[in-house]
Amino acid sequence: MEKKATRESYGEALVMLAEKRNDLVVLDADLAAATKTGIFKKAYPDRFFDCGIAEANMMGVAAGIATTGRLVFASTFAMFAAGRAYEIIRNSIGYPRLNVKIGATHAGISVGEDGATHQCNEDIALMCTIPGMTVINPADDTEAKAAVLAMADYEGPCYLRFGRLAAPVFNDKDTYKFEVGKGIELKNGDDITIVATGLMVSEALSAAKVLEAQGINARVINIHTIKPIDRNIIIKAAKETGRIVTVEEHSVIGGLGSAVCDVVCESCPVPVVKIGVNDVYGHSGPAVKLLEEFGLCADNIVSVVKKTLGK
Amino acid sequence: MDATLKNQMEITATKVRMGIIEGVYNAKSGHPGGSLSVADTLTYLYFARMNVDPENPLSPNRDRLVLSKGHTAPALYSVLANRGFFPFEDLKTLRHIGSKLQGHPVYKKVPGVDMSTGSLGQGISAACGMALSGKLSGDCYKVYAILGDGEIQEGQVWEAAMFAAHYQLDNLIAVVDNNGLQIDGRIKDVMSPYPIDEKFKAFGWHTISVDAHDFDALEKAFNEAETVSGQPVVIIQKSIKGKGVSFMEDNVSWHGAAPNEEQYNQAMSELAAHLEALTK
Repeated sequence: MEKKATRESYGEALVMLAEKRNDLVVLDADLAAATKTGIFKKAYPDRFFDCGIAEANMMGVAAGIATTGRLVFASTFAMFAAGRAYEIIRNSIGYPRLNVKIGATHAGISVGEDGATHQCNEDIALMCTIPGMTVINPADDTEAKAAVLAMADYEGPCYLRFGRLAAPVFNDKDTYKFEVGKGIELKNGDDITIVATGLMVSEALSAAKVLEAQGINARVINIHTIKPIDRNIIIKAAKETGRIVTVEEHSVIGGLGSAVCDVVCESCPVPVVKIGVNDVYGHSGPAVKLLEEFGLCADNIVSVVKKTLGK
Repeated sequence: MDATLKNQMEITATKVRMGIIEGVYNAKSGHPGGSLSVADTLTYLYFARMNVDPENPLSPNRDRLVLSKGHTAPALYSVLANRGFFPFEDLKTLRHIGSKLQGHPVYKKVPGVDMSTGSLGQGISAACGMALSGKLSGDCYKVYAILGDGEIQEGQVWEAAMFAAHYQLDNLIAVVDNNGLQIDGRIKDVMSPYPIDEKFKAFGWHTISVDAHDFDALEKAFNEAETVSGQPVVIIQKSIKGKGVSFMEDNVSWHGAAPNEEQYNQAMSELAAHLEALTK
């Protein structure tokens, strides 16, 4: 299967977007080569502005640009967008409900060798707490591009989370349709539901295949929009399968697992087991090895599912 | 400045000060000191300088003003009310439940407010974004950013200062309201930002120093600012916190406190007497 990092998809999607939106402006904070806004910069140098290593100001500049009616994307690593610039995003973008799209790359543990300071496992939690913020975590190239294009047409603040590591492109480019706030059932199943987001969706699909061979029929749901979350697809899964395992490349506090628990607790209480980063910092190492170490891989999903089912 | 216009400015600024006291008194909280220190400048900008239309507050070509020192919202609200953006009576609802006049300004909620501010250091960045967007479109509007002298202790201000100079935002005019006081005391004692002009110069800005309470000087300063090309301009205005109300002047305890009824009456009678003298 073809593999591509969603940050690459992001950069390419910005170029696609610029072709139809001449009001588009892209900002970066000295990471254009890494966030891949460099692809846009090369194609549209007059509409790209480097803010230097000053993320707080960049978010404020983005807000000011948005007040003039332009579509603006502001990019840096997830750590410095959601982390360092949190309060600027809350007060200067979220509160006035400005049409700023935050393209945050290098999210999660798969940043790899740079280690804990750059591995942001808290961004989904932080961004979800901001009223009116839409939070999106695409799973592959197809979904990432579709999400960027869809969110450009959506009026309001949005956080888009992209990864550094090349991810399998499992969604069909020709038939895939992105709908904000809509989960996608990728595989039917009645024994248990695996709800995954971002890089973990393809791992969940692999796990489901292994489980199927062992006689366990797991449903797989892709939640690309963490907020607002698709309540219906989760409640239906809770009712029909009775157990849920969530998988995310993010802290188990405040991310997909927590959002799923909120829905399930309120509407259809069933056991939920969360796979994610368990309230610890990451560390340096090759991305794939780290993902395995932190249990963010198909093998661990298989074992957690079996344990949850008492098998 | 023409003598008639100057007299009009002084009259309007006094009415603006009365609106500030009215608002803060009715709110039983708020920030009168820094509102009074910036009242003359905001009056001058909205009544003699800026291209704004109370009937069309979001007009794309309007000049914009970002009150980066957002806690002095009572001054901005009073200027906007006096300028006809909303009724003067609304000032009495400041900080009340259901009022559009929140403790700090909110974009699109209050006619004439161009950006939500309140968390210090952020407004200047938004002003940079507005100025950059104007340059990109070839629009000729100006963007004014009003900062407190304590506010420039925020690191984000200097990120923005670097940005504005780098992108040669000569359509951006910042004002630093140098009243010398912040919540914990004199700025020179709390965390000195001096020398303010040298710092901005070093960041690539054109700097102008001015007496904040002299309309002739303000006009001269803003005239000079408009002649500058290729770099942003900062006007550092020496002001008196609490200006216009004798017992509030240069007194840090009026940074964020409302007058009681007796103090309210005294403040209003002082301002009324000043107004009467100006209209004679």
